[in-house]
Amino acid sequence: MDNLFILLLLPVVSAIILAFMKSTSAKWAAFVLALLQLGLTIPFICNFVPDASVQFSQSWSWISNLGINFHVGLDGISLPMLILTNGLIPLIILASFGHQKTGNFYALISFMQAGLVLVFISLDAFSFYIGWEAALIPIYFICALWGEGDRIRINMKFFVYTFFGSLLMLIAIIYLYQQSGTKDLSWTTLTQLSLTEGSQRWIFWAFFAAFAIKIPLFPFHSWQPDTYTHAPAAGTMLLSGIMLKMGLFGLLRWLLPLVPDAVASYGMVAMIMSLIGVVYGSIIAFKMNDAKRLIAYSSIAHVGLISAGIFSFSQEGLQGAVLQMINHGISVVGLFFIIDVIQQRLGTRDLKELGGLATKMPILAICFLIILMGAIGLPLTNGFIGEFLLLKGIFSTAEHGVWYAVIGGTTLIFGAVYMLRFFQKAMLGTAQKDVLDIQDVRGYEALLLIIISALVIIIGVFPNCLLHLSEASVSQLLQQIK
Amino acid sequence: MSAIITLSLLGILILYLGLYKAKNALLPVSILGLVAALGLEIYAWNQTAEPLYKGMVLFDHFALSFSIVCISLTILILFLSKEYFKAISDNIAEYYTLILFSLTGALMVCSYHNFAMLFIGLEIMSVALYILVGIRRKDKASNEASLKYFLMGAFSTGFLLFGIALLYGSTGSFDLAAIKQYILDNPTSVSPMFYAGILLLLVGLCFKVGVAPFHFWTPDVYDGAPILITSFMSTVVKIASFAGFLRLFSTVLVPLNEFWTPVLMTVVIITLFVGNISALMQTSFKRMMAYSSISQAGYMLFAILSIGPNSASGILTYSMAYGLASVIAFGALILVKRHVGSDQFESFNGLGKTNPGLAFAVTVGMLSLAGIPLTAGFIGKFMMFSNVMNDYHTVLLVLAAINAAIGVYYYLRVVVHMYFMKPSEEPVVSLPINFKVVFIVAVILTIILGVYPNAVIALI
Repeated sequence: MDNLFILLLLPVVSAIILAFMKSTSAKWAAFVLALLQLGLTIPFICNFVPDASVQFSQSWSWISNLGINFHVGLDGISLPMLILTNGLIPLIILASFGHQKTGNFYALISFMQAGLVLVFISLDAFSFYIGWEAALIPIYFICALWGEGDRIRINMKFFVYTFFGSLLMLIAIIYLYQQSGTKDLSWTTLTQLSLTEGSQRWIFWAFFAAFAIKIPLFPFHSWQPDTYTHAPAAGTMLLSGIMLKMGLFGLLRWLLPLVPDAVASYGMVAMIMSLIGVVYGSIIAFKMNDAKRLIAYSSIAHVGLISAGIFSFSQEGLQGAVLQMINHGISVVGLFFIIDVIQQRLGTRDLKELGGLATKMPILAICFLIILMGAIGLPLTNGFIGEFLLLKGIFSTAEHGVWYAVIGGTTLIFGAVYMLRFFQKAMLGTAQKDVLDIQDVRGYEALLLIIISALVIIIGVFPNCLLHLSEASVSQLLQQIK
Repeated sequence: MSAIITLSLLGILILYLGLYKAKNALLPVSILGLVAALGLEIYAWNQTAEPLYKGMVLFDHFALSFSIVCISLTILILFLSKEYFKAISDNIAEYYTLILFSLTGALMVCSYHNFAMLFIGLEIMSVALYILVGIRRKDKASNEASLKYFLMGAFSTGFLLFGIALLYGSTGSFDLAAIKQYILDNPTSVSPMFYAGILLLLVGLCFKVGVAPFHFWTPDVYDGAPILITSFMSTVVKIASFAGFLRLFSTVLVPLNEFWTPVLMTVVIITLFVGNISALMQTSFKRMMAYSSISQAGYMLFAILSIGPNSASGILTYSMAYGLASVIAFGALILVKRHVGSDQFESFNGLGKTNPGLAFAVTVGMLSLAGIPLTAGFIGKFMMFSNVMNDYHTVLLVLAAINAAIGVYYYLRVVVHMYFMKPSEEPVVSLPINFKVVFIVAVILTIILGVYPNAVIALI
């Protein structure tokens, strides 16, 4: 069963099945199919040998006249991403059980999963680009169909913005395609091209723009808060939990090995942009009263730090980035779910109107606290290991590493401030009147929160189960670019 | 050749059928005839291609594959015509006859090997269209469109003919092979008259394919003509004109590309921006499609701009993607307009709820026009972009990327109206079986081409 193609085929088939389902049974079918996908991922985790090689590699001739192959495989960087995708999707489907959603909704999630999986496992620029775009269409529909407020305009901006970034990347890919004399788009061929300094420069910026818009890094983030705020809960989780990891993963898989010289010259600019995002996102998150917006801005800060870790070009920084991508995915899904639960119960997510929920909803409050600790990065939670590695990596950057680490380190303080403020405003203090007859989380809600809290602690205590996967691949990547 | 003869005879047969009031036989006979012509084209595929009739026509794979695309698209369009023509006129035999004559001209444009044939083909194609555009005699818009199209068309034919005359004057032949030989024999001393001829030819052909700054007739004509005729014009006629355009430039004028590339490059850039920015401003779906066809023509010119081994297959893939998507779009417009009575974007409101199948088909069509992966449009764009990258026109590609992003905006507007806007009343657009078949075929072909385009790319 270790054929990677199954992991692509199943979500597509699921999407077609789900599209024709009636609303009551659709969510269960979607959940079972997503669990099946997760189950099919397990053999890959078990059989994976944690060395630097590409495993389960498969290649078919696709468009033979253009020399394009369909090439997929897993290594230590893509496997954690695959686990993240296939692990989070069942949770996200579970999280939307409380909303009356039709089969189309789950069909779109499944289709998006296929795109995400393709992005993470493809070793060919053409199929990477296809997956990259295939993940965008469903999320656009999810956010615009089931969103709220000014969803049409906001999602149009999101779509056109990211699509433009992708087109720049497409041009760079086509350029590389022409440069490879064999007319080949596979990762191995493209990374061995010897490019001139000038072409490396613009290829760097073309790829960087596509990835930075998706992540989003500081000056390219303007689509993000609005889109997150107005999307349905599941849409926000998909966007922040998995989709932005496409951008970070793209940096690791494509940008660094493709144009190592340009990365060495412009890495500092990217590093500074990332760090500005850290401080900027944190400061705005202080001021936010809309809980979803608060997490949206905190997310800018968190991914800024991850991207800074990547541009530190150190073993710890890169491994920390891979780990923190998973951590961020888990905690952000948990946080958005908590906001969604509060909003369903109280009809509002404005911090000024919340308060005193802890006494009424103790289970929610405990899980919230654990997930929050993970997001802040307290020891024994997953966030601690991730942020520690990232900061250690940033500290060891060749030039000005100390200063970068100091700026990046502020995330720990800022994060504690805005997250605790969130917790305090929502959970502590005096209860509002209409809170009196409110019920704690039950059934699937409790299950989801307990799973996420457990993951926060398990990864916090045994980070090595994930870290050892990426170790060899990361060090090979670093050798490749130096 | 047999396909062209079949189609000409078919047109006359249909006229007689109309004369004897056999109205119900018109559509089946036309489609049977078209299928027969299609079969003859496919049969000719494996024969060795030689210039026939003293070098008048050449049925190589290039000509045959474009002919097949044109005939297939005509079949799809005629399928949509079942109730359509009856609703606007009594004399429906003329419609079929004129469309078939126009198609005959299109096939000649695809397969010419002599400038006389190019001219005759273009004229047969256009004259039939002048009448078709104005066939709603009592409708002002239709009459205006027809007159505009006729004047502009006649004018551009003048340019074309003048260009051909100058080329003849400097080479002494209408034959493509002879003209090519002339260029190869005189690599340094091509006469100025020849260059002037190229420019005039370029102007004439640009008029025919409707690219800026020679596009002013397109929006009004596309808007004023009956929708089905618009779809025929913007697919079959456009594709055939491009085939003729590419055939001339790729076989004959390639050695002089340093001369005409800058001219064409300017045309492409203007076309992309004019088409896209004007399409952005439209409130009518039909006019939006008219402007979008201008910008799509701009992308198709990429293949001519940098002629290489993949030019022909690139333009073929792009044409198929564009043709299928346009058939879907115009087919949906016919249904919606029949129901709501207007061709504004608002007519599509709420279609996603009331008619999910139709909405899905239109979405696929729009995504294909916008060039999103997994649809045929993406493969077309990918091939066009990589053709241009061959010659390192990187700046042009960045401009094209900006335009593609603008394009997404207006193509998605239809999708926005279909899925995110509430219908004014509860209109359940009825979906006749013939439309259903066309939509299913077009959607499936669009997706197959998008996922596995190998078969088409290998053709030429």
